[in-house]
Amino acid sequence: MTIALHLKRQPTVPLEAEVISPDTFAGLSNSDIRGLTVYHGKRQLPLGEFFDVEGERSEDLVLHGAMHKVRWIGRRMSKGSITVHGTAGMHLGAYMTGGRIEVHGDAGDWLGAEMKNGFIHVHGNAGGQIGAAYRGSMSGMRNGTIIVDGSAGLEVGMRMRRGTIVLGGPAKDFTGLQMKGGTIILLSGAELRTGAWMNRGVIISMKPLPLMPTFVHSADMTPTFINLYAVQMKHLGVRLPFTTAEGVYGVHAGDMAVTGKGEILIWQPTTGAA
Amino acid sequence: MLRITGGKVYDPANGINGEIKDLCIDDHGRFVESVSGGRTIDATGMIVFPGGVDVHTHVAGGAINFARAMTPEDHRRTQAFIRTKSRRSGLGGMAPTTFATGYLYAGMGWTTVNEAAVPVLSARHTHEELADVPIVDKSSLTLMANNEIMLDQLEKGEYERAKQVVAWYLWAAKSYGVKAVNPGGVTAWKYGHDAKQLTSPIDGYRNLTPGAIVTQLARICDDLGLPHPIHLHCNNLGAPGNISTTLDTLKHLEGSRAHIAHSQYHAYGGDDWHNMRSETTQLADYFNSHPNITTDAGAVLFGDTVTITADGPWQHLLYKLTGRKWGNLDVENETGCGIVPYTYRPSNLVNAVQWACGLELLLLIQSPWQVFLSTDHPNGGCFWRYPEIIKLLMNADFRKDWIKRLPEKALSRITLPEVDREYTLYEIATAMSAGPARALGLPHKGNLGIGADGDVAIYEEDADAARMFGHPRYVIKGGEVVIEEGDIRETPEGREFLVKPSMDPETDAFMRPLFEDCYTMSFENYPVEIERIEHAELRECINVPGR
Repeated sequence: MTIALHLKRQPTVPLEAEVISPDTFAGLSNSDIRGLTVYHGKRQLPLGEFFDVEGERSEDLVLHGAMHKVRWIGRRMSKGSITVHGTAGMHLGAYMTGGRIEVHGDAGDWLGAEMKNGFIHVHGNAGGQIGAAYRGSMSGMRNGTIIVDGSAGLEVGMRMRRGTIVLGGPAKDFTGLQMKGGTIILLSGAELRTGAWMNRGVIISMKPLPLMPTFVHSADMTPTFINLYAVQMKHLGVRLPFTTAEGVYGVHAGDMAVTGKGEILIWQPTTGAA
Repeated sequence: MLRITGGKVYDPANGINGEIKDLCIDDHGRFVESVSGGRTIDATGMIVFPGGVDVHTHVAGGAINFARAMTPEDHRRTQAFIRTKSRRSGLGGMAPTTFATGYLYAGMGWTTVNEAAVPVLSARHTHEELADVPIVDKSSLTLMANNEIMLDQLEKGEYERAKQVVAWYLWAAKSYGVKAVNPGGVTAWKYGHDAKQLTSPIDGYRNLTPGAIVTQLARICDDLGLPHPIHLHCNNLGAPGNISTTLDTLKHLEGSRAHIAHSQYHAYGGDDWHNMRSETTQLADYFNSHPNITTDAGAVLFGDTVTITADGPWQHLLYKLTGRKWGNLDVENETGCGIVPYTYRPSNLVNAVQWACGLELLLLIQSPWQVFLSTDHPNGGCFWRYPEIIKLLMNADFRKDWIKRLPEKALSRITLPEVDREYTLYEIATAMSAGPARALGLPHKGNLGIGADGDVAIYEEDADAARMFGHPRYVIKGGEVVIEEGDIRETPEGREFLVKPSMDPETDAFMRPLFEDCYTMSFENYPVEIERIEHAELRECINVPGR
């Protein structure tokens, strides 16, 4: 049994709808759900003004529509699931502590920002600041996994402390900015200043990256943990090569402008191999 | 007109200790013998205190505003004040916004605050912000101990000239007194150094030492007859082993009045972070044998806060120690400023010692007329957490529970576990109100006697002192009921206290060329006009005995 929401009226300004969360919906009747407050700009309106709601009392939500102006979906959720058919706006899954979010379409900026745990999979593209720390905060995502099949914007994983971000498409500048831990896997590389100011953590790129001068090439090797990662990633449908027949990783330590305990691994396939 | 009847009154300024007594306030907001008509508050079974007075806080101006801008993460999680018909919106937290500051202070029964560090260059900004801090009355102190024009006079041995310069600056800033922060150290910071020895000349000067600045600036405050003596943040703040610097500073102050700011940060032994220990007994002994000097605790409470001070070099060190955000301001040739967000943790040895030091000073200095409640807001903790300190002072068992959470290693470095003293309500009233009011030279504050300002906090007696002092039943400011049953009822605008020390009329002409030589703004635009101060109240200078 699921609760289905269909966007029936496109908001004219961003709609702040942190109530759309399994934690809120789980115990509510259909009419209670429709009566929940959302913020259309500064106006407080019932959720039913914007969505048709089918079903009640469930931890599994299915959303339909072009919801790129609907923000904070799944904020602080701790359980259950949200499936989006269409697009989702900024701050999807921010601060979440558990549960699953799947988007069959695109998501906005601040996807999974400061999340503590849980799983997010976006089949389309996402914006910037994925799993990042909000402005001023000490750390971004603390655990959990975010997979984006498509491209991503700026500052992906900014100040993340733990957890994994996998990007199928290319990322823009400052991926892993001031990263403090965790893993970012770039299947299609990234633009400028990847890993700037990173203290710890690992960025693995399957494509060549323009590196900053504060990264030092330390070895060509495939660290053992890559094998373990590869097994883990296989379950998520991501292929991480690790055999010497296929190639080797160029390991770069940095950012030497700060502690230099981070690493960027760039895959160097054996000529002729895939 | 207002009558408060049947309450148990604690009024240390008049020696009244828990007597059942009626209070009357007239239409001018002052205590009188009797009134006819008007409202009566039945305070039977309740505790009546003079409104609290904060002798040392940072609530307005460039530094705290910088701190606000630097901590958006705190704004997202903190208490929000929603706009109502009578109240403005704002945010609480580590560095509350202006209006919220007034609401929060009044909300726990405080009615007078002293903004303790204002560079003349940002005085105009500070006064604008103070005007937006409602309910409470305010005063501000001007940073002088690193002002290069003034220091140049001391270097040349021109004491009389230096005194005129100080008087000129105080009036230009429309200030209430003199604050000295790390004398000479902030000047040296402009060369990338600090001033840790009172007897060594400071960078940029041939002879001038921090000790000489301390002694002469204290004398200047006395000679000018400022109602509040020199308000001194000693050299070497926060450093292990700084107790020797602090005691040395106190010797340099002998013969003058003085208020030592946040002495908790200046009472450490050891010579490195790993062996830092409390030396509050030495410092407390000095205060106990020198009743003419006062201090505020600068107590530390565990939790998140943001540290702000004119002590630029210290803040750079703190940034290096913590790796957190760092802001630094250079205020031309007047002073500096640094901002670093900080979290005090009970598990951290240094923080545990600091926590104990603050409470030890409050408990080991015998007279509450000498040591006042403060956290050096927001440095040691936020001002709205004062009720927690009151509970720690009044309840030795509660204190012991907290001591149990400290690391084992900390226990041998502090004296707090051996201190059984518990504050009485009378002593709390002294340390939070009557004492700081007297030290500030504001005899009409912290006083429930006839003629004094009708500032009253009324609490319902509660065994939990934190709950009691955190939620006054009524708060009355100048005879107006501003807080009632946890709600803000009225938000009157407070006054600002200023002094106008007498000065040689030639000083303007003396200052102009020096000023035009080094400042980036024009001489005419520099002084704050008296018209810019909302509800200014000029306080008389006094004759300091022995001067």
